[in-house]
Amino acid sequence: MTVSVAFEKARAEGRAALVGYLPAGFPSVAEGIAAVKAMIESGVDLVEIGLPYSDPVMDGPVIQRATEQALAGGVRTRDVLHTVEAVAGAGVPVLIMSYWNPVEKYGVDAFARDLAAAGGAGLITPDLIPDEAEEWLAASDAHKLDRVFLVSPSSTDERIAMTVAHCRGFVYATAVMGVTGARDSTSSAAPTLVARVKAAAGNLPVGVGLGVRSGAQAAEVGAYADGVIVGSALVSALADGGLPALRTLTQDLRSGLTP
Amino acid sequence: MLPDDRGHFGPYGGRFVPEALIAALDELDAHYRKAMADPEFTGEFERMLREYAGTPSLLYDATHLSAHIGGARILLKREDLNHTGAHKVRNVLGQALLTKRMGKGRVIAETGAGQHGVASATAAAYLDLECVVYMGEVDTKRQALNVARMKMLGATVIPVTTGSRTLKDAINEALRDWVTNVDDTHYLLGTAAGPHPFPAMVRDFVRGIGVEARAQCLALTGALPDAVAACVGGGSNAIGMFHAFVPDADVRLYGFEAGGDGIDTGRHAASITGGSHGVLHGSRSYLLQDEDGQTIESHSISAGLDYPSVGPEHAWLHDQGRARYQPVTDAEAMDAFALLCRTEGIIPAIESAHALAGALRVLPALREELGHEPTVIVNLSGRGDKDMHTAGEYFGLFDSGEVIG
Repeated sequence: MTVSVAFEKARAEGRAALVGYLPAGFPSVAEGIAAVKAMIESGVDLVEIGLPYSDPVMDGPVIQRATEQALAGGVRTRDVLHTVEAVAGAGVPVLIMSYWNPVEKYGVDAFARDLAAAGGAGLITPDLIPDEAEEWLAASDAHKLDRVFLVSPSSTDERIAMTVAHCRGFVYATAVMGVTGARDSTSSAAPTLVARVKAAAGNLPVGVGLGVRSGAQAAEVGAYADGVIVGSALVSALADGGLPALRTLTQDLRSGLTP
Repeated sequence: MLPDDRGHFGPYGGRFVPEALIAALDELDAHYRKAMADPEFTGEFERMLREYAGTPSLLYDATHLSAHIGGARILLKREDLNHTGAHKVRNVLGQALLTKRMGKGRVIAETGAGQHGVASATAAAYLDLECVVYMGEVDTKRQALNVARMKMLGATVIPVTTGSRTLKDAINEALRDWVTNVDDTHYLLGTAAGPHPFPAMVRDFVRGIGVEARAQCLALTGALPDAVAACVGGGSNAIGMFHAFVPDADVRLYGFEAGGDGIDTGRHAASITGGSHGVLHGSRSYLLQDEDGQTIESHSISAGLDYPSVGPEHAWLHDQGRARYQPVTDAEAMDAFALLCRTEGIIPAIESAHALAGALRVLPALREELGHEPTVIVNLSGRGDKDMHTAGEYFGLFDSGEVIG
């Protein structure tokens, strides 16, 4: 299932899609799978499964702590693929989000093959830019996977156009300069960035990640973006309040997007 | 001329960083290229190196050491005599001057044992820049004296409490700061690694080591050396020494990595000889990683070599066979450390002792191959004052009060 399914469904309902992130293996592989399923049942349209990595330079403290715990618990790349497989039948597209080295170590084509076989829709690559992605471009084509690159407020128009041209599925707009993490107020730079990306993206959906942690913030972002990406707040909810808190937050986020 | 426009040394190097940093890296690359072609910048850089850092450093004919080992002429490039006690001052002055030129008022740096942090704080004090140093919490405790030095020089030291709480995590945290504050901040990276243009830029700021050594050797001996040797952690002193000699095909280049307890024990920091291909901290190179590509912690008695990857140009020189990389164990390095103390009255950095140990090890084979007594330049990249606690413990100087040897 490609991610376009999720965006089309949301668009048909006149709202932005809710994109939820959780790392695999947190707090354990089995509990991580249960958490993703709970998130799906509570209304996310699209799932990002994080591949825990030893050197997560894009992540703030919440996701760092969760992925450190997952790694300390012994999570392996194959567990991440297993997590994808376990939740791929639940009716929403599933992407992996991974720093590049674990993918390269697994073998780029082998990773694409196994991700596709597990029922995954594609891969988000926070530290791989299209300029360095030759092997991944070929592998994602060969295995018909979506590939999501990031754009940022500091990206030039030329880079936005180039990046968008290499994306399939959606474009990931990191709307604040900085690491992942929930924030009290949404960024004023976000609408501007989304407008710039949309000018280059045509019909390709634009998802925005900027620290959303409530339904009200989701509504704000959903007013101008095709997808609202939530990570740290969901991880916090799961870490602090388990599945009930995760469900409550997911429902709140989703209700913020419902017209 | 490597790297290419996108920072590749063959398959190595490049930029494996968040898109949010690309604009800053492009800006840095443009400024650095322009600066290096601007006599005003290069003139000021040379003036600072000469008047403030104390370069050119001496090329010292180590006659006592040479006589002691016999059958070779060892020349020591005395980077240990530079201000702040190591080759690193060249890099930090270059980058700090470039920071001023870019109109930025703040530098951030990572540090392991604290040497690069102290050098960065020094350059920041000298050039009136705000300086924040990220240092693993474990290291701030091991290196309290260097923390005090940095603070004395006006820097803010932030202990890093994530991951393994050591150098690699300090780099991660510095990258996180940079991505957040990139408008007014330059990341003063401490070695010839990281995303393009850092490997090439750092090399160009430290390449004076080899340029000077080459000319000094010609003046002293009338010929080029048969070999040059340097220690390799991230690889900045080694690339600084090697670069001028790369076109001299008859000059052998030896890089000595930190072999820790020995490669076969798994407790080492030898990325090239004991690691594999991968991506870490923004570039593709050799690194220490597990089956899943998770970084493995490195181990070395030398904090400055205790890093799980290596600059991409070294990976390339290795694959090309132009430079030879070998591991040197903690024990071998400490033997050479003691030897240099006793024969020459020079206490080297433990990093530099790896270079000396490796050079001494390859001498017999080199002599046989050449059929004459080899002349070898060893880069004495830093002085050992900072290592006296380690050396004192290693040689049992604190409890027994006895001398070694």
